[in-house]
Amino acid sequence: MATQDRLTQWNSTGETPSLRNRKNFSSSEKTGVSEDKNCPPVPGDDTQSSNGTLAQSEARERVSNRESVAVESPSAAVLLMLVVGLSFSTRLYKITEPPHVCWDETHFGKMGSYYINRTFFFDVHPPLGKMLIGLAGYMTGYDGTFPFVKPGDKYEHHSYAGMRGFCAVLGSCLPIFAYLLVRDLSQSHIAALITATLLIFDTGCITISQYILLDPILMFFIMAAVLSMVKFNQLAHRPFTASWWLWLLLTGTNLAGAFGVKFVGLFVILLVGLNTVFDLWRLLGDLSLSLVDIVKHFLARVVGLILLPLFLYVTIFAVHFVVLNKSGQGDGFFSSAFQSRLIGNNLHNASMPEYLSYGSTITVKNLRIAGGYLHSHWHLYPEGVGARQQQVTAYLHKDYNNLWRVHRPADNESQSGTPDLVRHGDIIRLEHKETTRNLHSHLHEAPLTKKHFQVTGYGTNATGDRNDLWQVEVCGGRKGDLVKVLRSKVRFLHRVTGCVLYSSGKTLPKWGWEQGEVTCSPYLKETPSSQWNIEDHINPKLPNISLSVLKPHFLEILLESHIVMIRGNSGLKPKDNEMNSKPWHWPMNYQGLRFSGVNETEYRVYLLGNPVIWWMNLASLGLYLLMVTVASIALQRGFSLDQKRMEHSHLLMKGGGLLLLGWLLHYAPFYAMGRVLYYHHYFPAMLFSSMLTGITFDILLKSTELLLRPPYSDWLQRTGLIVLLFTFLYSFYLFHPLSYGMTGPLAHEPGSAMAGLKWMDSWEF
Amino acid sequence: MVTAEAPGCPTELRTTRERSDVTRVLMLQLPLVVTAQVDLVLVLVSLLGLWTRLSHLSYPNAVVFDEVYYGPFVSLYMKRVFFIDDSGPPLGHMILALGAYLGGFDGNFVWNRIGAEYPCSVNVWSLRLLPALCGALCVPLAYLLTLELRFSHLSALGAALLLLLENSLIVQSRFMLLESVLIFFVLLAFFSYLRFHNAPSSSWLRYSWLLLCGASCGAAIGVKYMGVFSYLLLLGVASLHTWNMIGDQTVSHLSVCVQCVCRFVCLLVVPVLLYVFWFYVHLGILNRSGPHDQFMSSAFQAGLQGGLSRITQGQPLEVAFGSQVTLRSSTSQTIPCWLHSHKANYPIRYENGRGSSHQQQVTCYPFKDINNWWIVKNPGRQELVVGSPPQTVRHGDIIQLVHGMTSRYLNSHDVAAPMSPHHQEVSGYLDFNVSMAAQNLWRVDIANRAAESEVWKTIQSEVQLVHVNTSAVLKLSGMSLPDWGFHQLEVVAEKLFKARSSGWTVEEHRYGTSQEQEEREVELHSPTHIDVDRKISFWAKFLELQWKMLTVKQDDSEHKYSSSPSEWITMETNIAYWLHSSSNAQIHLIGNPVSWGVAILSLLAYQLLAAVYLLRRRRGFKDLPDGVWSQFVCLGCVCVGGWLVNFVPFLLMEKTLFLYHYLPALCYLYLLGPALLEHTHTHLLSSVTHRRALVVCASAVLFSAFLSYRTFCPLTYGSPELSANQLQKLKWKTTWDILYRRR
Repeated sequence: MATQDRLTQWNSTGETPSLRNRKNFSSSEKTGVSEDKNCPPVPGDDTQSSNGTLAQSEARERVSNRESVAVESPSAAVLLMLVVGLSFSTRLYKITEPPHVCWDETHFGKMGSYYINRTFFFDVHPPLGKMLIGLAGYMTGYDGTFPFVKPGDKYEHHSYAGMRGFCAVLGSCLPIFAYLLVRDLSQSHIAALITATLLIFDTGCITISQYILLDPILMFFIMAAVLSMVKFNQLAHRPFTASWWLWLLLTGTNLAGAFGVKFVGLFVILLVGLNTVFDLWRLLGDLSLSLVDIVKHFLARVVGLILLPLFLYVTIFAVHFVVLNKSGQGDGFFSSAFQSRLIGNNLHNASMPEYLSYGSTITVKNLRIAGGYLHSHWHLYPEGVGARQQQVTAYLHKDYNNLWRVHRPADNESQSGTPDLVRHGDIIRLEHKETTRNLHSHLHEAPLTKKHFQVTGYGTNATGDRNDLWQVEVCGGRKGDLVKVLRSKVRFLHRVTGCVLYSSGKTLPKWGWEQGEVTCSPYLKETPSSQWNIEDHINPKLPNISLSVLKPHFLEILLESHIVMIRGNSGLKPKDNEMNSKPWHWPMNYQGLRFSGVNETEYRVYLLGNPVIWWMNLASLGLYLLMVTVASIALQRGFSLDQKRMEHSHLLMKGGGLLLLGWLLHYAPFYAMGRVLYYHHYFPAMLFSSMLTGITFDILLKSTELLLRPPYSDWLQRTGLIVLLFTFLYSFYLFHPLSYGMTGPLAHEPGSAMAGLKWMDSWEF
Repeated sequence: MVTAEAPGCPTELRTTRERSDVTRVLMLQLPLVVTAQVDLVLVLVSLLGLWTRLSHLSYPNAVVFDEVYYGPFVSLYMKRVFFIDDSGPPLGHMILALGAYLGGFDGNFVWNRIGAEYPCSVNVWSLRLLPALCGALCVPLAYLLTLELRFSHLSALGAALLLLLENSLIVQSRFMLLESVLIFFVLLAFFSYLRFHNAPSSSWLRYSWLLLCGASCGAAIGVKYMGVFSYLLLLGVASLHTWNMIGDQTVSHLSVCVQCVCRFVCLLVVPVLLYVFWFYVHLGILNRSGPHDQFMSSAFQAGLQGGLSRITQGQPLEVAFGSQVTLRSSTSQTIPCWLHSHKANYPIRYENGRGSSHQQQVTCYPFKDINNWWIVKNPGRQELVVGSPPQTVRHGDIIQLVHGMTSRYLNSHDVAAPMSPHHQEVSGYLDFNVSMAAQNLWRVDIANRAAESEVWKTIQSEVQLVHVNTSAVLKLSGMSLPDWGFHQLEVVAEKLFKARSSGWTVEEHRYGTSQEQEEREVELHSPTHIDVDRKISFWAKFLELQWKMLTVKQDDSEHKYSSSPSEWITMETNIAYWLHSSSNAQIHLIGNPVSWGVAILSLLAYQLLAAVYLLRRRRGFKDLPDGVWSQFVCLGCVCVGGWLVNFVPFLLMEKTLFLYHYLPALCYLYLLGPALLEHTHTHLLSSVTHRRALVVCASAVLFSAFLSYRTFCPLTYGSPELSANQLQKLKWKTTWDILYRRR
């Protein structure tokens, strides 16, 4: 406590000349930390420094370095070490328990293995997180052979601790980063300590860090980015120095990292972006800077915060595509050209008949990115959706139901001898191989796109009617041109209605097995949605020729994989009967997630935040708003406040404002999201909320001076802090089995480790 | 209305106007003089507005586009039959209904398709009158609003003319649709707020303007939820002004407090109260049961005349052992359903190979049926009749439920349910001698006993039925059964510690009197009787109705004329509203392409100009004096802000959207254009030639707007009929759908 007293005293004296006399701090520490851990200037400081002469500002910098030494006094270092130690020990404790696959480990562990095996796959998240997991596994002796089939599978002899440990180490950095961040923002060790305690002893943060998941990696990058940004802000008075550049570039790097793990990283990019805009606005208003300086500032940020992250992000994808060069499950999501890159895919060094001919069996793929194969199956359109005939859909996976046969309008039997080739302008009939129905369209509304016509499978054993006839057109071709497999873009024009076969990109409801809608569009504009290519082509009567498909350009692959990912993300719609988590559930810790185990005999881990901490966070959000309202009204009304109150108000509005913005940016957008949401989406926002709590409680404690005279107020502050910290610690003691595993009876039965702790009915432990 | 003349007002305008000003009564000074000043331009644009919106209002004498949607509600108002419409709050519907009421409409018309002819008994003119009036009044409001933004009369005239000559606004005003009403209230709100803001702070009369502002905000939200966007913008502007007022240290603390409270009351309390008031009127008018009853809770339905209340009137209130009841699921499903069983068993094996108990099916059935009746039985006694005195069932009592028609006991056991295998199956117990004992005891758990009572009451009590052996709770799984279950809804039992909202309410209820099965069947078939009265409060009704309106699922299917917001800016789309049954006469929602272009150009110009000004001011170059700057900022807040809040949210919505959703946003841009021209004229152009050129350009644009208005008139008013060739020429964009009749 002695340190803190000195600190508060130091804070209150601020920039007094007496500080300049404090030259006697040990210089060894100064060299160690002064470069990075620079003390931020008190508000209004930057203008002084810019107005003052060079010599003066240098002198001030020296002073400020010394001030930072004051912050880094031995007991502060001890405090930091304590935070580091506790953070690592809580995260790494029982890291190998339970020795089976928990929750989403089944996805991310599997994808890590894919990197080790170099098998191509499709996922809705960008690759960095899974690449790191794969790397961690590779470095710690995991060989990629464990299949990760479903949660609950035993790892047995497979080495999985390395991957978990890697995530846990990144997760352990979060409290440390939060500690440093809050200390830099608020200049108060108490605020930083409260924040660190909140995060260290939050069962949710512990649980989510201990498994092979993307979240610890994502949060690591988010916090690192915000920390670097704050450090960078504090160097505003020393632009273009080495450390200024360092923090700028670090911010950019971490942004790329965050966005490379999950698209949620976009929110932190927004936060940094807004901060940068404000920063530039401030610089623009500083009339002592010339326009050239401002342009320099601007360009530096463009380089550090836009070009560098972009470059890194693209590099991540480049590595991703280079590493994954074998064919795997996700091939069907991508275009034919993309697939030809993958070793083992049937299009890799493909050999098939070169020109489309009658009697061939083919698959037809839409040219729109993630457009899918033309598909049909035994199911009919339900009643009330057009004619009750067989469904025709677009399906992203490779399947025998994607196979179609090409026929002349009249005959069914393929003639002997060399079959005739299909030419531009020919009328054909496409027969679905499995069900022997013909591709058919008529003047009924399509199921989803009401402006288009329905496409069905009609007829049996390939006898249908006039509506089964389609005219083949090669885009950019002339009458008589042959149809090249893989390379020609083909349109199918319906003979009777004149519409064109079209993949709308909309997802059919349950009756259509959530496959894509295929329609016949009366609008004949040439778009990728109405263009198709022939992908597989089987005809035993024709010689196979080795085809080299045009290798796609790297940027094309990049664009394509992004569109596929975005489609995939928006395709994760909540199912009707599934209980899904709502954003308003999250801050109140309404319901957690089962990581492992359901019933009494199993080893259960339940992801749920420490309720004391979470509810404290929620309350402090309200408290913060109240305090900041009072403070800003007081300032706006021009009440005369003493020095300390002014500082507190500014800290609340600036530091607190930044954190509140961070919380909002990481929370509010979920309300607008249509995709299925989970509880763990709130964790990045929870980090911001905890930091805000630290600052709010710190200022609240310090405001006891308004009520009581100095000795008593100090006592009250200390008691308050101690009570607060012990509450966190005790609640952690109560709830720690959530993270470290429970066995035995469930909480609502007597004799359970969690008896009496099921404070909300919605908790499932 | 206009008291002082703006100094910059051009002289040619002065000659056209007579002196203005309303009522200045000089108290007790003789001679008693009333000076009235009238702005003739204002009168002129109002008349033009009325003429364009009201002429030939009853043509076409047929249902046009969304009249087919709003019409049925108007009919239901006339018949005072309850309905629920998720598209918006009730004020809009009530305004339409008021028009119908004034015209003597009796509600007897079947609104079944667009283009259906109205019979001569229907007064079409009065049906369409109120929206048309609102649409017409928007024109003078635009004029006044521009004046309150402190721009000249000439700009105001420009804005009013742009609004006047906008074909899409005319079309939207002339039928039984709500956008024009919404726009009217929104403009009125902004006008009265600015009037309040511009008035000298000493006058207390200005608070009546603030009150009017609050009232029109309440009305705007009451017409369509979309009004919320503009309301929020207005609140934003008002709080900014209030914040500045708080910072003004020349005002005393007391005065600041009083002003804050006044603004709070007028801008927050009044709209909320009004909004609730619309519902009060709505529920007051609609007091008969109707087709949408089933969406509402039993308690709500009991408050409506006819329907459920006719059945439940006179039921015994408290459920007793021996009672015959129907149990309605009270989960917030959109389809109501009742606990049901019938003479059919679960299949021995399901399609996926899992086995079942092969006992009698228990389902939830969305229709009233004789098989929905269950008898509450005391497990300790054999009787199925109510004793005297009746022994009421209380919270915590153990009961058995006997199916009325088949006498099977409601049973559950550790067998996986058919569709959701992680839950327990619920069945009507059949003893197959396969060592599967009956587990048919249920505990009554009254969920709302704190609010109601410990006694199980019909309609009011929401009970959970807890299975005694397994402590699982009876609930709907949300899945429907396949063919063998007649597509009824699946009922399961779920372990207590994770069950939520699985309540059931007793809806129909009577005391059983017959012990024998055959007698009982007769009894069940007979209608129910006896007598109690129960009411729920207005607030409970309001909250329930509001909640249902917000949560009722719409089918988001695409419409032939639906469009995406990005198409609106350049008007890539149109909507065919009506086509004459035999000729080519037709009405389309197509905007005036010239004014549409002016609107979007002025938006871009403002943003460009604002960016340049802001950057230069930040660098210390003050191009504009402070007064002009604040005028410019205010213009941007209201007009560009109004466009943004009324357009951007649609980009995020997943609803089916139409071009007419863009009209409110468009109106803001029409206010922006002329004001921006005036700004350019007075502050950016210094040479006289440039100014003249600008004036000439502006007049040319206005004239071409008039010409294109004339060109599209046939599609706006539906007459005169055009030939296919002429229609082809009107198809200025290939994406427009204009209909031709094949000859």
